[in-house]
Amino acid sequence: MSDNTHGRFGQYGGQYIPETLMNEIHALEAAYERCKNDPDFTAELDALLSDYAGRPSRLYYAEKLTKKLGGAKIYFKREDLNHTGSHKINNVLGQALLAKRMGKTRLIAETGAGQHGVATATAAALLGLECEIFMGKEDTERQALNVYRMELLGAKVNAVTTGTQTLKDAVNEAMREWVSRTSDTHYCLGSVMGPHPFPTIVRDFQAVISKEARGQILEREGRLPSAVMACVGGGSNAIGMFYNFIGDEGVRLIGCEAAGRGIDTSLHAATIARGSTGVFHGMKSLFVQNEEGQIAPVYSISAGLDYPGIGPEHANLYAAGRAEYVPVTDDEAVAAFEVLAREEGIICAIESAHAVAHLLKIAGGFGTEENIIVCLSGRGDKDVAAIARYRGITINE
Amino acid sequence: MSRIANAFKDGKAFIAFVTGGDPSLARSEEFILELIRGGADLIEIGIPFSDPIAEGPVIQEANLRALAAGTTTDGIFGLVSSLRKKTEVPIVLLTYLNPVFKYGYERFFAACETAGVDGIIVPDLPFEESGEVRPIAAAHGVDLISLVAPTSDVRIAEIAEQSAGFLYIVSSMGVTGVRSEITTDISGIVAAARAATQTPVAVGFGIHSAAQAKEIAGVADGVIVGSAIVRIIAEHGEKSAEKLYEFARAIKEAVQ
Repeated sequence: MSDNTHGRFGQYGGQYIPETLMNEIHALEAAYERCKNDPDFTAELDALLSDYAGRPSRLYYAEKLTKKLGGAKIYFKREDLNHTGSHKINNVLGQALLAKRMGKTRLIAETGAGQHGVATATAAALLGLECEIFMGKEDTERQALNVYRMELLGAKVNAVTTGTQTLKDAVNEAMREWVSRTSDTHYCLGSVMGPHPFPTIVRDFQAVISKEARGQILEREGRLPSAVMACVGGGSNAIGMFYNFIGDEGVRLIGCEAAGRGIDTSLHAATIARGSTGVFHGMKSLFVQNEEGQIAPVYSISAGLDYPGIGPEHANLYAAGRAEYVPVTDDEAVAAFEVLAREEGIICAIESAHAVAHLLKIAGGFGTEENIIVCLSGRGDKDVAAIARYRGITINE
Repeated sequence: MSRIANAFKDGKAFIAFVTGGDPSLARSEEFILELIRGGADLIEIGIPFSDPIAEGPVIQEANLRALAAGTTTDGIFGLVSSLRKKTEVPIVLLTYLNPVFKYGYERFFAACETAGVDGIIVPDLPFEESGEVRPIAAAHGVDLISLVAPTSDVRIAEIAEQSAGFLYIVSSMGVTGVRSEITTDISGIVAAARAATQTPVAVGFGIHSAAQAKEIAGVADGVIVGSAIVRIIAEHGEKSAEKLYEFARAIKEAVQ
């Protein structure tokens, strides 16, 4: 099902990009095929993931929350404890090394919440690459701390003022920049989306999450989880959490997408619940769009999930019935953010809180001998001010 | 001889682009007729799209104006049908793939045929993915116009071999928009294309002055002007007709 023939996952995927980028994308494909089988490359990446990013990430048994919910044993895969505070570093270190092997001296990237932008700026600083980040103006305002963090790391942050001024528009601008300058520049795409080979490259670099988690849970519990869960925007931490469990038929794969104010309103980013097949941002996949094929403005409290599409491999896992996707509202995510803080002393990213929210709904329905793993994709420091505002509290940062 | 081939038969062709529905479909019709009166040999009409990733700011804003005015794909077909009663100048549509995909390929190209559309340019449909569209377009007599970029290199021959209507040579890296100078080796690309096909070659992206148009016409069969026209419409709105006529005349004179 995940077999990727010419960049396709079932009917989804492909390379729908301007001709100007085609030779570049073929060069990327060839470089990746070389590097992934090159022991020097994988050794260099493994060393960085271990010594710099702090892998393997912990699999934490949340005993208190388990008792409270009274069902399956709850485990959290702690990607929030990685260097830079999210799973994004896994992909970025891989792509930055790949870019260097291709002789590139400059990275560009889009970012929503700022997690991928911070991770890219970090890798660029470490590896001596120039770095430019594209971020919707609205997101630069709701994630101002991350903007300054990127600047501290030496990156230039471009506030994107076109369209809805969020993640979709940041991707548009990053693509426009890449079309203008490929000779020295690698586009370090942050999710399992865009034209082939990005969905595969990002998936492979994020698959370390489920590779570790599968081993860790078997060692701890001697059995596979009944379900693994993750939030889904483009879908990078979710595909990372799912990938090595796809072949384990008994393991439910549950992606939690942003329902914003609710999927019956126009203010949501629930691509699976409300999207349809289309072609955008280089890929055939599911998108929130109108009947004319115009991409719809989407909304979520979470800047990282505020995207009108989903990666093609997820679209295919959904079409094939292998993975389930559920909508989670702002209200539910904020409530879960608070529950996790009070019950477990973990302030997670508002993105990850979407997965926690669904966990709170379903954990009690599993037997106490079963277990569930939820990917905590990032930490929530960046969201504290926004959550305060959501609760009507003004704080001076 | 097809209408497109006809446009290239007497000397160099001037290809003029407007975004359909900017500022309204009625004005688009008026403006296109003025461009033709001024000497445009072929008209390119953009179907507005919410996220035109290959466009610079001038055409991005035109897309937003056209969408805000309520322009739909059927509205564009209506515009072409209406123009067809008044002119035999070839008309090609420029559109991102998603509006076509969403309309349905078969239904879209059947509507093209009925309205009198001669060709289609899809900037996010490269050669490798074009198989899902090309046969359907051909069955309805619509040329799928291929693009060649400054980075195309060894791809030029295979793209040119499959070309229909005319071959669109992208003059520069980047998105559409006015450029003060074009540094790409256009004549090199044109020569590589001509070695592989008899299809006429036209050059676009960044051309905004009569002097540039003249220079490009020296090496190619046609000159495509987009952003400079759309900028006139952005500046003069409803009252752009006379300015467009004058601009078209100046460009046509330069390319002849």
